Amino acid sequence: MSRAVLYDSTLCVGCRQCEEACSTRWKLPYNEKIAAEEVISSHKLTAIRTHGERFSRKMCMHCQDPACASVCPVGALHRTAEGPVVYEEDRCMGCRYCMAACAFQVPTYEWDARLPKVRKCDMCADRTRSGGVTRCSEACPAGASLTGGRDELIAEARKRIREKPGEYYPRIYGIEEVGGTAVLMLGAVPFEQLGFSKNVPKQALPALTWNALAHVPDVVVMGSVLMGGVYWISHRREEVAKEEGRP
Amino acid sequence: MIRFRSIFWPAVFALTMAGGAWAAFLRFYYGLGASTHLTDQFPWGLWIGFDVLCGVGLAAGGFTLAAIVHIFNIKTYKPIVRPAILTAFLGYLLVVVALMFDLGRPYRIWHPLIMWNPRSVMFEVGWCVMLYTTVLFLEFLPLVFEKFKLSKAQRILKFFMLPIVILGVILSTLHQSSLGSLFLIMPHKLHPLWYSPLLPVLFYVSAIATGLAMTIFESWHSARAFNRQLEYPLIKRLTRVLAVSIAVYMTMRFLDLYHRGALATLDTPGIERWLFGLETVLMAVPMLMFFRERTRENPTAVYIGVVMFLLGFVTHRLNVSVTGLEASSGVSYVPKWTELAVTLAIVAGGFFIFRLAAKHLPVFGEEEPEEAPTLPVLSGEACQPVLSRGD
Repeated sequence: MSRAVLYDSTLCVGCRQCEEACSTRWKLPYNEKIAAEEVISSHKLTAIRTHGERFSRKMCMHCQDPACASVCPVGALHRTAEGPVVYEEDRCMGCRYCMAACAFQVPTYEWDARLPKVRKCDMCADRTRSGGVTRCSEACPAGASLTGGRDELIAEARKRIREKPGEYYPRIYGIEEVGGTAVLMLGAVPFEQLGFSKNVPKQALPALTWNALAHVPDVVVMGSVLMGGVYWISHRREEVAKEEGRP
Repeated sequence: MIRFRSIFWPAVFALTMAGGAWAAFLRFYYGLGASTHLTDQFPWGLWIGFDVLCGVGLAAGGFTLAAIVHIFNIKTYKPIVRPAILTAFLGYLLVVVALMFDLGRPYRIWHPLIMWNPRSVMFEVGWCVMLYTTVLFLEFLPLVFEKFKLSKAQRILKFFMLPIVILGVILSTLHQSSLGSLFLIMPHKLHPLWYSPLLPVLFYVSAIATGLAMTIFESWHSARAFNRQLEYPLIKRLTRVLAVSIAVYMTMRFLDLYHRGALATLDTPGIERWLFGLETVLMAVPMLMFFRERTRENPTAVYIGVVMFLLGFVTHRLNVSVTGLEASSGVSYVPKWTELAVTLAIVAGGFFIFRLAAKHLPVFGEEEPEEAPTLPVLSGEACQPVLSRGD
């Protein structure tokens, strides 16, 4: 059963309890100054952003086919069977391709550390694995962040849109984005007004690089045949010359 | 005047290396944040864009010339294979040095050896670069064997040379193109003037042209440095090949832009269209120059054209890896002085080691005279029979 988080911007009151709970889980410092930062960073893995009277939440979207995991040369990132995309810092060599590849600009880096690592939300993989809920869901007093099965949460989101059509922009962010994400968003207005990029492709990204990579074995085989063949042809003249005793 | 010149370049070199050493200290002691202008929004900068992406491209002459001479058996070019392989070998070593600066944890650079992810372009590039650097080492070894008169080792290595060269061409084809594939995963981030499903092919073709251009570039410089005769008839012919390679690349590039409708974005104001213009001019002008007989007759004009093309190539790669990504990132990236200092020191180190190797190893000059009796090194007349042979 794939786990997911549904964030409903219309319910969010901007209290930032989710931020604090998240920082506690990661043993990161949390204070007023950090609370005022409206971007995620290596010391703040989820952030509430203010858009006038509305709020939105930035966190890892936990793609179903994550670009970060596909590009990592050492397999330090992978999607677990339950949905969360997790990071193993012992493997990471710090090439930062995951950061370059992520459609949502999620993975962050410990730029100030001498031996840095990537930081990102892992959807509390240790808790969600056994059917538990994330720290942020647990901490939210308004019920704006729910943890549950992805299909159930999609059904719930659709129900909310259907029942209160006036309050919701009729789309769920995360159903189609990069082929589907485990984090789903609801909002009262189009998502670009809530700080989400409009340009995020609808198809899963790893297929794009795989299209090129899939040709590797063919290039090796074709290349060997072609080069060997050219060599054979191009050196033929000399062989003949040698046979005939010409220089 | 003579004294000034004899001090000037060593002084520049010493200053560059000192700057690089200081920057290296800052990088490894205080970390990437203190030594670069990289951010979470802009995780790749000059070290990846120039040192790695351009470095690998500029070292493409090794496989191009090895293929031309050893596989296509066009012996005319034999005198410039060794300098090309030396450039390539040094180039790849320097790319690895640059990577050590850029990787957050450089001491884990060997991780892809045992931690596999075959879906990753970077994994494939890592393996190819590693294997190809080994191939280049093996292709470079004969120079050492020859220097120390290890003829038995020389013969053994020669026996395996064909598969080594073929392997080198295949590995180069794979990773030269894969450097372009790295960016296929960012269709929403990279500006449409540079994002294309054809990126791997464009990177491959432009690398071949650049390999040829670098060969001419380094021939010209070593001729000056060592007071040697330039292999000019050879260079003249190579310039023709270069002109055609650039033409193939440019045609492919513009057909791709046309078919994707990306040329329409030239109407939108912004820095991108000027960078695109710069890149195009720096490639188109030398191409047109090289198609003219008069330019090819003039070593200085050829040199100027080659430098222009190399700058055009660098502009393209930086556009793909740095400037073309800026608009979507929401931040503006300008390299910090430390990033420039490291890059300059690496380039200067490359020049220095090349010079040293060229001085002490049999890089230039007639190797195996029994195999290449018509070395067209000295004058145009000497190579006439070869030219008329039509290969």
